[in-house]
Amino acid sequence: MKQKPHLRWVEFAIESLIRVIGFSTVGFVILIFLFLLREGLPAFAQIDLGNLFGTRWYPTFGLFGTLPLILGSVLITISAIVIALPLGVATAMFIREVAPNWAREILKPMIEVLAGIPSVVLGFFGMTLVAPIVRETFGAPTGLVAFTGALILAYMSLPTIISVAEDALDAVPKMYRDAGLAMGATQWQTIWRVVVPAARSGIVTAVMLGMGRAIGETMAVMMVTGNAARMPLGLDALFRPVRTMTATVAAEMGEVAHGSVHYHVLFAIGIILFVITFFINLAAASTMFRKRRRGGLR
Amino acid sequence: MARMLRIVAAIGLGAWVALALARCGAPQPVGGTEPPPAVSIQQKGSDTVVNLALAWAEEYMRLHPEVRISVTGGGSGTGIAALINGTVDIANASREMKPEEIAEAQKNGYTPHEHIVAWDAIAVVVHPSNPVDGLTLQQVSDIYTGKITNWRQVGGEDRPIVLLSRESNSGTYVYFLEHVVRLGDPKSDALFSPDTLLMPSSEGISAEVRQNPNAIGYDGLGYVTPDQKTLAIARDANGPFVLPSAETVNNGTYPIARPLYMYTVGEPSPHVRAYLDWVLGDGQRLVAGVGFVPLKQSPTGGSAAP
Repeated sequence: MKQKPHLRWVEFAIESLIRVIGFSTVGFVILIFLFLLREGLPAFAQIDLGNLFGTRWYPTFGLFGTLPLILGSVLITISAIVIALPLGVATAMFIREVAPNWAREILKPMIEVLAGIPSVVLGFFGMTLVAPIVRETFGAPTGLVAFTGALILAYMSLPTIISVAEDALDAVPKMYRDAGLAMGATQWQTIWRVVVPAARSGIVTAVMLGMGRAIGETMAVMMVTGNAARMPLGLDALFRPVRTMTATVAAEMGEVAHGSVHYHVLFAIGIILFVITFFINLAAASTMFRKRRRGGLR
Repeated sequence: MARMLRIVAAIGLGAWVALALARCGAPQPVGGTEPPPAVSIQQKGSDTVVNLALAWAEEYMRLHPEVRISVTGGGSGTGIAALINGTVDIANASREMKPEEIAEAQKNGYTPHEHIVAWDAIAVVVHPSNPVDGLTLQQVSDIYTGKITNWRQVGGEDRPIVLLSRESNSGTYVYFLEHVVRLGDPKSDALFSPDTLLMPSSEGISAEVRQNPNAIGYDGLGYVTPDQKTLAIARDANGPFVLPSAETVNNGTYPIARPLYMYTVGEPSPHVRAYLDWVLGDGQRLVAGVGFVPLKQSPTGGSAAP
């Protein structure tokens, strides 16, 4: 095809524009991380590590122990995944392997709607409806506890887990199922012994992404976990209030004096959170990468 | 390709022309009865003061249509930070400015001015089914530091106590810590128990108090709804147990009351000046209706606990 010279120039301009936009995403991530480092690193110099990783968080009185906050986030994230994993994988199995076509057509959009519910709505729901039920059912002194947070977070990470796990099941070739059934296995045996193991790495990715979603969630968690910065140790920790890293930053960043020690510590919490989510996402990406190399199979 | 570009250009030009037309068409009031607001006053700060400030702002704007006042909450610390950064004209606060905040303001070239605009009683609230009617200040302090952990220890049922507090950016939190948890002793280093639930809003506290028979909370009297039970407070074990009200704050018998502030920086503009004068004068008659105590009959002995 013959092109006029000025058209080639336009083509070039548009292509470079798109390239700049594409690379700017990476640039922004790097800039955000540099900003976090610039604002957060002074905290490690200003207060000694014994205080920073201590067990008492009273930021207005110079006690910056972030350990209860880190453990609080870890506790509710892991509990949320323990609740969400069986539910999510079972739902994905049902949608992909068992449900008739018409049911699948209804279920999939419904799950997308689930993902679109604003977290503040879920937080309000948790505070007024789930919390009293948790208090009465489990005999906890209050319903605003880690377990309520874990329930809400499980609910919020379900859409991610279901849709990624469902894609993983979908990627298993049809001949695996045919072979399973031909060997005389029942449908359940085929799903559980053949299809799910074949999609294992995709399911691990689903869990990792769900975890990334859960640990970064702020609003709903702040509304239902009670925000008491106590060490979540002991058997009853799940039924006691906790304070997470995200809720701490959200609740305190608004009032903190710019440039104070407290301000830098909140950014240091941001760094810790960033590093944790980075490694979770890295783990998710690496299992996804391995899966692609092995053609969806192990 | 070239044609597409031309179409895009045409659409862009069309949109621009339409916008330009719309712009010169819209806001040209021709000598109507109500002139457009000439002055605007920005107010931000304490969630305790916000309802009162809104009542004042609405009434003042009705009397002076040329003035536009916008009021937002967020906590005393938030409002003071905004004042220091020069983004608002008035900061509402339910606590005094801290020395470091004053220093920060002076570093930015502002001198803060303090105006006490009303008084507030802090009510201690429990679930309506709780049989406890009154507590001494010492008991409230022991409950919030975690020395008393069961309602039985203060004459109630055998239930664990769930402590509710506002977040640490709240002026109410600071006042309650200094005057109730520490009993007004500046040398005390008592802190809220680590088991205290920090709620991000007044609504968070009332929602939990309403539905949890174990809970105890505190909040400005203006925020206490009828479905919570307000406790009578005594200064010491012999003293009378007094319920908070405008009257008991006025005559100084209710021990947990504090002044509410508006802060301005530098020399306030004439409009802000006029507004503050009105607030301190005529505006005081709106105070009682919002659940606070007006200035004119302010308690003489100060607000602190004994």
